[in-house]
Amino acid sequence: DVSVTLTAVPRNYDPALHPFEVPREYTRALNAAKLERVFAKPFLSSLDGHRDGVNCMAKHPKSLSTVLSGACDGEVKIWNLPKRQCIRTIQAHEGFVRGMCARFCGTSFFTVGDDKTVKQWKMESPEYGEEEEPIHTILGKTVYTGIDHHWKDAVFATCGQQVDIWDEQRTSPMCSLTWGFDSISSVKFNPIETYLLGSCASDRNIVLYDMRKSTPLKKVILNMRTNTLCWNPMEAYVFTAANEDYNLYTFDMRYLESPMRVHMDHVSAVLDVDYSPTGKEFVSASFDKSIRIFPVDKGHSREVYHTKRMQHVITVKWTADSKYILCGSDEMNIRLWKANASEKLGVLAPREKAAMNYNQKLKEKFQYHPKIRRIAQHRHLPKSIFCQIKEQRIMREARRRKELNRRKHSKPGSVPVVSERRKHIVAVVK
Amino acid sequence: GEKLVLSELLKPIKPKSALGSVKKELSRVKQKKAVELPLSKEEAKRVVREAAYVTTSKDVGKWQEVVLQNRRAEQLVFPLKQEIATVVPLEQVASAWKARTPLEQEIFGLLHRTKQPITDPLLTPEETASLQAMSLEEARQRRAELQKARALQSYYEAKARREKRIKSKKYHRVLKKSKRRKALKEFEQLHKSDPKAALAKLEELEQLRMQERMSLKHQNKGKWARSRAIIAKYDMEARKAMQEQLAKNKELMQKVQVELPEEEPADVPEDLPSLPIPTGASGANPWMLGKPSDPAQEPEVQEGPGDMEVSGAVERKEEMEEEEEEEEEMSEEEALLQDFEQKRQARQQRAGSPEEQGADETEAVLEQPGASPVHPVCAEGEQVSTAGGEEQPQQAQEEEILLSEQLERVQTLEDVEALASKEQVEEQEMLVAPRVEKPAATRAKKRVQQQEDSRAGDKHAKNPPAKKKKKKMISLQAVLSGKAQDVQCPTMPVVVEEEDGGTDQRRVITEAFAGDDVVADFRREKRKAEEESKPQPLSLVLPGWGEWGGTGLRPSARKTKKKDQHLPHVILSDKRNIHATAHQVSELPFPFERHQQFEQSIRTPLGSTWNTQRAFQKLTAPRVITRAGHIIQPISAEDL
Repeated sequence: DVSVTLTAVPRNYDPALHPFEVPREYTRALNAAKLERVFAKPFLSSLDGHRDGVNCMAKHPKSLSTVLSGACDGEVKIWNLPKRQCIRTIQAHEGFVRGMCARFCGTSFFTVGDDKTVKQWKMESPEYGEEEEPIHTILGKTVYTGIDHHWKDAVFATCGQQVDIWDEQRTSPMCSLTWGFDSISSVKFNPIETYLLGSCASDRNIVLYDMRKSTPLKKVILNMRTNTLCWNPMEAYVFTAANEDYNLYTFDMRYLESPMRVHMDHVSAVLDVDYSPTGKEFVSASFDKSIRIFPVDKGHSREVYHTKRMQHVITVKWTADSKYILCGSDEMNIRLWKANASEKLGVLAPREKAAMNYNQKLKEKFQYHPKIRRIAQHRHLPKSIFCQIKEQRIMREARRRKELNRRKHSKPGSVPVVSERRKHIVAVVK
Repeated sequence: GEKLVLSELLKPIKPKSALGSVKKELSRVKQKKAVELPLSKEEAKRVVREAAYVTTSKDVGKWQEVVLQNRRAEQLVFPLKQEIATVVPLEQVASAWKARTPLEQEIFGLLHRTKQPITDPLLTPEETASLQAMSLEEARQRRAELQKARALQSYYEAKARREKRIKSKKYHRVLKKSKRRKALKEFEQLHKSDPKAALAKLEELEQLRMQERMSLKHQNKGKWARSRAIIAKYDMEARKAMQEQLAKNKELMQKVQVELPEEEPADVPEDLPSLPIPTGASGANPWMLGKPSDPAQEPEVQEGPGDMEVSGAVERKEEMEEEEEEEEEMSEEEALLQDFEQKRQARQQRAGSPEEQGADETEAVLEQPGASPVHPVCAEGEQVSTAGGEEQPQQAQEEEILLSEQLERVQTLEDVEALASKEQVEEQEMLVAPRVEKPAATRAKKRVQQQEDSRAGDKHAKNPPAKKKKKKMISLQAVLSGKAQDVQCPTMPVVVEEEDGGTDQRRVITEAFAGDDVVADFRREKRKAEEESKPQPLSLVLPGWGEWGGTGLRPSARKTKKKDQHLPHVILSDKRNIHATAHQVSELPFPFERHQQFEQSIRTPLGSTWNTQRAFQKLTAPRVITRAGHIIQPISAEDL
């Protein structure tokens, strides 16, 4: 009978016939860990063509194969990722392109530059005989340092001296949100609760705004200034801030008194951060010439990417299918990485897939065993970063020792123990 | 007198409520109190911010459930909302496009000149018609119909094949007869309803007869018939076949007498049964006739050769009975057919269920050494050993079937649990039995006990004889899990004796087994067995390694001595293996609270070597699944 032969199990699962399950699986896990390291080749390609450092990037909301980048010389390029080619170049601004974002429908995109203008461009290249011109140009009074578009409406926000919220149809902002006076470096719309905004300014604070009430909500001041922040696309109230003090802080916006997590591994200022669309991980770009991938619920990174020629990484993006990472750096290149270093690209046979899943689970199961841990955690680092890490470890240890000593030699309770999370928060202003 | 005040004149006798309110107002105005200062701009803003923050965080907080659920989820598949790819019709895409470059314009000019469809309907009317010719619905319906027809056909085919395979002669005979009857009845009906058609049919029959006459096909001249004729002398079957052929011949040769339906329509039904077989042919062949007569049979039997066997006679008798039955209604025949069917089904079922088969086999195997087929039915009573060993196998089988049925019925009718418990007790006794039988003395005792038991009407005493017959009930599981109740068993006979045995008997037994202490013997034996069953410490110390080799060497004291030999209060464990520690986890990892948990997590294997395919898939399912080339949108309220 066909049905019987198809479902027949050609195995005897009697445990007596298959002894040594733990040692055998341990060996398999060890092999899997080794193979993972062998196949970990994350770097895919480099997109070169910019004539100055890449200052900002934007994802296309509807197309995975398109990415936009703006350089420090005011040039905007649109790239085709599968072909690794630049398909369009626009001289958008004079001076830096400070920020750019695509409209949620993917038909146009906005750029802001050092020339105090906001420009809207068509996503499609101009037809034959048409001039390369922006659809709209808004001339502002001050320099805009960042821009972000609303996820559902025809509204966008710029930042500079203040946070301005614009209607696409108008040339003056709908409302300006201020709280103190300082240059705001980045503003981001919440992708889930779309009326929420977060911004970070150079006076070391992170401010949240509500667009509906056109009022700021709360301000949290950290030890050092935050360069950018990014909202978690799956968890409405969670955002991560990339800080100058080499750390990243993941906050729950309802409890700003202390961050949920402090992510520390970088050895220089963190310049950009972007969430994976699954909301489980994020990638950070740092001035230390490396990018790192952090799980949201872990304090340390699971991956570090670097190449010899990659300089200070200024901007980083995680693609919308959560498979790739793009980073733009000082030395005019955009690099394409695999989000999962050892992942095999292309179609997998079912057996292959099953084997991959099995290996993954084995690695997870035996992750605490020293031999496997040693192999799985091994990463190569350039000497500069390696030395800096060592140096900083010593510094941290010295600081810790000093604090301990101070506590030991002072009145009990006068030097309280401050947790690592609270240590970096200066104040929360209502 | 009293002074009149002007204000009192103004007052009403009863104070009015409207004025009262005015008064109140006046009094309130009198109480001079400074108005609160408006909040400073900063403070006002702060209040607004705080209120806004509270409401906003409440709004955001409604995601808490979803977030926690996603964090805890066993598996998340992204994108959360599966989007169906929409294909924009070619016409739409083409209509938005315009020719701009000179080359494009030239091409389009060419197309225009040749009147090719360019923009709106890229399909010609014929093409659209052909696309709409058959809808999906229709196609599905048609396919379903075809499928049904095919299934029915295969079902009928299978049924026909099954029926064809039935070997029973009786069944076929009855079937044939029923068919004949049916044909007759149909003809009758036809005669009633449509005399002309009936006549035509008759004519056809006549034609057949004529053909037969011409061909002489069914006479005993053919090759087959001649061969049969030779065998017929010895073979009953061949003889019968020949007779049948002759009968057929005769039947076909018979001239059919046609009665005109116009003359006597009322009489027709009565006459019809005898229509194809005229009365004149009654003496010729009894098989041919619808209504055989006993005198007609007699000469037939005499005709056959004298070396008829008894079985043949039996068959003949059966046939006679069969033919007597024919006089009864059709329903009886049908019932018989049904009976056949039922029997066949029962047999198939028995063959189909392997468990029963297995049970039968074990039964057979277990019964063989006993050389006495015992019916479980009479297990309660005495042992019945049938002397007739050369019984026909068929009959034996029939008996078995019946018996098994009965056994089941007993089980269902009586209290199943009580029965099961009884069986368990018996099994345990069975397990004990071989050990007990070791010393010959105990065996003798047992026999004595059995005798006593048979006398006593006690239920417990009844069980041992029944036990033998229920050997097949012992399952492997029971044998493996059987508890060592053997401690009680050797003492049991003693107890029983004290209970009911007479004093003289006891004396006899004690005298007979005065010498041996059975209980102590047994205990010693048991201890020994226990020691043996324990795993022995393996000594891996070999002579010759690291020192001189040769025959007759003993391992040096350095190797054999334990390190804590001279340290009475210290145990130096040699369980810790330095080579293994490199692979071992030194401290308990974070999520685990006790080392048992962690060990448990390591101990459960994941691989398909130890798990079924489904379990393997479940165990190795990844936490997050993303699809290449699918854009993952942020979560939104519509997704939930």
